[in-house]
Amino acid sequence: MASLTNRVKVLEQQPLSFMERLYLPAIFKGMAITFSHIFKKKATIRYPEEKRPFSPVFRGLQVLNRDEEGRENCTACGLCAVACPAEAITMEGAERQKNEEHLYREEKYAAKYEINMLRCIFCGLCEEACPKDAIYLSETFAPSNFTRKSFIYSKDELLIPHPINDKEGYDAARVSRVEKLKK
Amino acid sequence: MAEEVKKIKVTIDNISIDVPMGTTILQAARMIGGDVVPPAMCYYTKLEGSGGKCRTCLVEVSKGSEADPRPMPKLVASCRTGVMDGMEVKNMTSPKVEDARNGVVEFLLLNHPLDCPICDQAGECHLQDLGYEHGKQGTRYEFKRRTFDKHDLGPYIQLHMTRCILCYRCVFTADQLTNKRVHGILSRGDHSEIATHIEKALDNDFIGNVIDVCPVGALTDKTFRFKNRVWFTKPVNAHRECKCCSGKVTLWQRGEEVLRVTARKDQWGEVEDWICNECRFKKKQSADWTIEGPTHVSRHSVISQGHYEGMKKPTETFSAVHEGRKPKLLMDIHSVSEVNDPSIDLSAIDGPATSATYNHSTKKS
Repeated sequence: MASLTNRVKVLEQQPLSFMERLYLPAIFKGMAITFSHIFKKKATIRYPEEKRPFSPVFRGLQVLNRDEEGRENCTACGLCAVACPAEAITMEGAERQKNEEHLYREEKYAAKYEINMLRCIFCGLCEEACPKDAIYLSETFAPSNFTRKSFIYSKDELLIPHPINDKEGYDAARVSRVEKLKK
Repeated sequence: MAEEVKKIKVTIDNISIDVPMGTTILQAARMIGGDVVPPAMCYYTKLEGSGGKCRTCLVEVSKGSEADPRPMPKLVASCRTGVMDGMEVKNMTSPKVEDARNGVVEFLLLNHPLDCPICDQAGECHLQDLGYEHGKQGTRYEFKRRTFDKHDLGPYIQLHMTRCILCYRCVFTADQLTNKRVHGILSRGDHSEIATHIEKALDNDFIGNVIDVCPVGALTDKTFRFKNRVWFTKPVNAHRECKCCSGKVTLWQRGEEVLRVTARKDQWGEVEDWICNECRFKKKQSADWTIEGPTHVSRHSVISQGHYEGMKKPTETFSAVHEGRKPKLLMDIHSVSEVNDPSIDLSAIDGPATSATYNHSTKKS
């Protein structure tokens, strides 16, 4: 058959020599390579006990932020939802009443806020779009689960712990972020 | 037939057009259309006497007329300046105009609270568009922004005085559409504010039009307040038989719910037909209306993000292929999600939703 290009190389197969026909030397050579890997540095870690450090630009699970007084920052302006390329974010706004000033920072707030984690692609556009510093992506994964419904995250799952009532939880959620900002 | 109106030639940004005598520069520019049209915040074609207040439509007249070719010494407000034969106007080709407009926008935004994330007008606000085109990144104003005592304008109209740019459009609307005007501008200078004298409700039959006329979010619809963002609602043209108005409106829908009713607006954001309060505030059921189809939305507007216009839904093939069997729903979103709960009818609530709206319904279900 005529070759299609002029770069064709014709392989000449020669019959195996005596040593090659024995096979054993090649097997031992291969075993030696395998054995030597025992003493080399491991590529894997024991995951749940050991964790790798996250990159400072890692984008993980979303967190809804509160201000220093524990009031929710989100005003349900819908910019995160309109920026979201996966259309994972939905919300419903409501008006703040007279006795709710300690709960919400502004006149309008998100009564319902949901992120569908099955849709979310962790692109971080919601964080970029937010004018109120209300949503940001943390350095944690969305935990795995068996049911679809458990991936619809509502305000219960997303809100950061209260900075006064639950200071430990707030600091734990906040610390990695602060370190990230310092760098 | 009346004698023929004399046409005169005017050149705006090197584009010539013949217009009848008595046309203003702004109207001539609108006849040309496109980028040469100066923005207008206070001028309104359908309101007599409007214009000349906001100064955003300033243009440079580089040649007064054929008879007197001297340029006008200062920039002129195009909405109140009539054209002359052979007039040459520079709008976007003049750096002076650009600079002046930037200054005007800075002044308009001086006391503006910039609460667009909360404001119901966001997405269809002329001040937003203007700021987007001519605004600066930050403000140079160092003082506290002025605030006002809140005035209640009744059950339908919400007033946010801090957002007002004092364009007087609502005052003209009340004067020219309704038989009695109860609101107006009180005080002077920096303290001027829209108010009624000693707390009156605006309840005249056509007073709802002040909402459509307002270029900013100072006067907004209380029945739509905080219910949804404008760009998440679907605008459709609809009409109904109405005794007092044309009944031609735009419905802003979410699913089947009618969240808001407004008059239809033309490409300059001006109302085509005034509508009455009954159509605007009372008819919040899609059964009340004959729906004509999606409203045309400019593709530069955020409202077009839903792409409702010209949308073709693909036909569902599943049941045809599977002998009439319906597809099995793996997860009903309403069983998991609390947002858009079908048991809460937002359009049925008069005012904004509150914590009570949501708590009450969760107890019920």
